[in-house]
Amino acid sequence: MAAAHVSTEKVLLDAEAISRTLSRIAHELIEANPELDRLALVGIHTRGVPLAHRLRRLIAERSDEEVELGSLDITFYRDDVQVRGGEAPLHAQPLVRATTLDFPLEGMTCVLVDDVLYTGRTIRAAIEALFDYGRPERVQLACLVDRGHRELPIRPDYVGKNLPTSRGERIQVQLLEVDEVDRVLLVPTPEEEEEPLG
Amino acid sequence: MAELKVMREEFLPPKPPPRRHLLSIADLTRDDVERLLGTARSFERSLEREMKKLPTLRGRLVLNLFFESSTRTSSSFELAAKRLSADTMSFKASGSSVDKGESLKDTAITLGAYDPDVIVIRHAEIGAPQLVARWTGAHVVNAGDGKHQHPTQALLDLYTLNEEFGRIDGLHVAIVGDVLHSRVARSNIQALTMMGARVTLVGPPSLIPRGIEALGCETTIDIEAIKAADVVYVLRMQRERMLEGANYVPSLREYAARWGVTPERLRPGQKVMHPGPMNRGVEIDPVVADAADALIETQVRAGLVTRMAVLYDLLTHGPVAVQTAAEIHEVA
Repeated sequence: MAAAHVSTEKVLLDAEAISRTLSRIAHELIEANPELDRLALVGIHTRGVPLAHRLRRLIAERSDEEVELGSLDITFYRDDVQVRGGEAPLHAQPLVRATTLDFPLEGMTCVLVDDVLYTGRTIRAAIEALFDYGRPERVQLACLVDRGHRELPIRPDYVGKNLPTSRGERIQVQLLEVDEVDRVLLVPTPEEEEEPLG
Repeated sequence: MAELKVMREEFLPPKPPPRRHLLSIADLTRDDVERLLGTARSFERSLEREMKKLPTLRGRLVLNLFFESSTRTSSSFELAAKRLSADTMSFKASGSSVDKGESLKDTAITLGAYDPDVIVIRHAEIGAPQLVARWTGAHVVNAGDGKHQHPTQALLDLYTLNEEFGRIDGLHVAIVGDVLHSRVARSNIQALTMMGARVTLVGPPSLIPRGIEALGCETTIDIEAIKAADVVYVLRMQRERMLEGANYVPSLREYAARWGVTPERLRPGQKVMHPGPMNRGVEIDPVVADAADALIETQVRAGLVTRMAVLYDLLTHGPVAVQTAAEIHEVA
């Protein structure tokens, strides 16, 4: 798929920029949460998970504190489940992955970590999923890229980069852990290719 | 004169894709089964939480139509739907207008008027689920039709085996007893052979249908053959389906003596399964049924998550796809 767009895709952030951005978010997290033992980073599958891992490592390097870490799969909480009516799905439902939250959420500040913030529907689903596991004291949101076009009243607490886009474009975050390269791309999306939740 | 034109396929409005049903194991491919088992496993994890309900099927209606008695299947379908936040209506033939002579068609059309998303049906007549699928607009799940098919039972058995052994491919399963009247056996033979397991049917010749080897299994009348298997799957003697006056076996006592699954006939550590309800002392010795190697209770628990997976899969249309590398790149 990526190969077809080689001529038109544009690199918005390279590995260096991603690493600097994450460092800054880690600093902001430490600054905003003096009690790091009550901070938990919860990555949203797929790319939020490695991002949460990296942020945790960066926080540990700067503060000697290992914060709690979890991962969240929101498949069963999506609001675009296709039902009846004969319409074929626009895209296959994503693979269901493990949700791991091995610590009690009570009294914690849970920071949801995702790569791209778009419509806000993923975050809505993630908040709902999170609350089925417990009652965190506070929920915050960190994302690497905010591309705008919100459809819900959701805003991030920690933003890597604001990248205003048109709906016809697509922001593609690639991470070493998943894609073997660190970069953020702007890809023009063909009309019919609708983006799942965002 | 009007010009005669042949309408070409691509100019016709697109037909709606066929509604998906689960009527028989034959409706599924190996990929479908693997996907369903994977989804069932993620539901199993969600049931370990304090909050066991998922919002996935909120507002959907699942209708349970049971024209034959059932404990496990009807209760697990009902709970499966509820765990996914769907509404459920359960309908049992006794005490309904079926007692007054209402036909299957009228019952299906009447209840279909409530616009259910899924109809789960059990009926003594083969093909009843197919008819209901034709008469209503719902997705239909066959929960047992006569001695024909019981696909969700086979799926939960595959799930149980997979959780126990970590694989199905290459397992040797001996199915013992009344194969002739058993929809569970028919669905299981198809499902197990599709997934690469070896199946041996064991029982009196009168209860092993002739020609069943065509499904890809072996048959024998020698009960000692079960020792060679990894798993012994015991079937219930279905006295209610046996024709009046037909002598399939001289007596239940003689059946138990020759084909009953007793501790002496098993290897130590050999796993035992039974779809329930059990006739203790007939096809299965109580000691075997209560032994640690019996997976019977596991099967019941597997029934819940497997049926959640079936409802989810039918209603979300989009099967939970196995992701390829190319698709992962598109997720962002």
